[in-house]
Amino acid sequence: MQQPLTKDIKPDRSPLSLQEYEALGGYQALRKAVKMNPEDITGMLKEADLRGRGGAGFNTGMKWSFVPMGEDAPHPKFLVANADEMEPGTFKDRWLLEGNPHQLLEGMLIGAFAIQADISYVFLRWAYKTSTKNIAKAIEEATQAGYIGKNILKSRWNHEMHVHTSVGRYMCGEETGLLNALEGKRATPRAKPPFPQTSGLFGKPTIVNNVETLCNIPHIVNYGTEWYKSISNSEEGGTKIYGVSGKVKNPGLWELPLGTTMREILFEHAGGMQEGLKFRGALPGGASTDFLVEEHLDVKLDYGSVMEAGSRLGTGTLIVLDDQTDVVGFVHNLEQFFAQESCGWCTPCRDGLPFVEKILLALKNGEGLPEDLEILEEMTGYMAPGNTFCALAPGAMEPLQSALKYFRADFKRYIKEAV
Amino acid sequence: MLTEEEKKEIDHHVKMYPQKRAGCIEALKVVQHSRRWISDESLKDIADHLDMTTEELDSVATFYSLVFRKPVGRHVILICDSITCWIMKYDEIVAHLKKSLGIGLGETTEDERFTLLPIPCLGNCDHAPTMMVDDDLHQDLTPQKVDEILAKYT
Repeated sequence: MQQPLTKDIKPDRSPLSLQEYEALGGYQALRKAVKMNPEDITGMLKEADLRGRGGAGFNTGMKWSFVPMGEDAPHPKFLVANADEMEPGTFKDRWLLEGNPHQLLEGMLIGAFAIQADISYVFLRWAYKTSTKNIAKAIEEATQAGYIGKNILKSRWNHEMHVHTSVGRYMCGEETGLLNALEGKRATPRAKPPFPQTSGLFGKPTIVNNVETLCNIPHIVNYGTEWYKSISNSEEGGTKIYGVSGKVKNPGLWELPLGTTMREILFEHAGGMQEGLKFRGALPGGASTDFLVEEHLDVKLDYGSVMEAGSRLGTGTLIVLDDQTDVVGFVHNLEQFFAQESCGWCTPCRDGLPFVEKILLALKNGEGLPEDLEILEEMTGYMAPGNTFCALAPGAMEPLQSALKYFRADFKRYIKEAV
Repeated sequence: MLTEEEKKEIDHHVKMYPQKRAGCIEALKVVQHSRRWISDESLKDIADHLDMTTEELDSVATFYSLVFRKPVGRHVILICDSITCWIMKYDEIVAHLKKSLGIGLGETTEDERFTLLPIPCLGNCDHAPTMMVDDDLHQDLTPQKVDEILAKYT
């Protein structure tokens, strides 16, 4: 079984009903999990090395292990599925949400049992209408079947699950911004510590996991950590849903062993570049990752290898830059997005991003000044990790700093010669 | 005044959360769904219903891009302006929309049929360029296709 997450999804993405899901072995992992010691499930995921698929790449079992357990632990505890897929160029969770909603629910329920959570939410972005409909229906079916509710599978464990749909803003995908949004507040980030695992939603212990991460869990429980590691091309466990968009012959999504090379994804699965175009580079995991270029084509796209190559795997959905697309326009589009989506909470991001955007616009319009490239470089330092409240602005600097490094001549072409 | 139906629907959503005010985003969506947008009067009515101040609720309402604090048309067009759609020539689609509707981004046609708004990445990048009209997703857009799509919304 090489594609555990997507093998059962129908080509038209119509959702698997509860009966269909059960006939394919669905909810067997939950049946197994509720008979386990909750801490053992967490330990299993830690050992499987399931890295967070939303972009941060943190070990999921490790994340869960910080939740207070036992009789004295505060309640209610919460689990949230982050389905606010708003990273530009990212469209992978939509596939899982639309095509196999029960797989996500089963992953959430196992996670919720492992941390002994009382309530969980699926936090969906407004635009995912079909996903919302399919998830809501699946929750209804699972409740009727007794997988959600009181005394689930005679385990004496109770759990309720709800859907929340957001009303826009990229910040809702940031872990603590998402928690504020769920509390009916502006989606601004919170200071850490305290970490959500101890003080999250409504001040209670909370785990937030990405959709793809959660969908891995039933399979790990069913088939074990050795199997999970064996289906990867990397030291890190499992498969990854990779995507490609831009001017390639066959844009799309593929579930492949984690650690598949960029060359294989781009040239075998996505069919290579469209006629007459050449590959110049790609953002490997959404708008907030550094460019990889031709010399990186044989880099394995796993968390460690991409970091060594100077970027981040992020969401694993590649945005391709071809030789006919204007690099400055490309980066300007990204920075315009980040400047618009800054929540305004901290100064470097609120003031820095519009400044960067204006310089790039001036360059694009042929109004660039000789010192502009140095100023842009300085800005990437001002908004580096540690100087801002959350990861939005540092993420915004990643494509800019790498574009200045790899495509400097493209920027220079736009600079007005001093009179 | 909120209608009985609106109140009932809001209260149904509020029950999902341990605190009443957490339901305010759902409440804004309920009222926007029945009245197209959130007027100052609606804002006050919702705030009163949830025991919030109007200012508190407005700070939430104005933060989120899909809560409309100004009137919009019968149909809202959301055209994706993020990176993949930009690469795949979204500018041609926007230019065509502006020309055929006779309005700019952020504006509403005189007959209140359409409002045209930009939106960040719709998560449909293998079928760029992409837009939504109300709740419907439209993909692989060309100017001709846009004309056919718009004709369906009266």
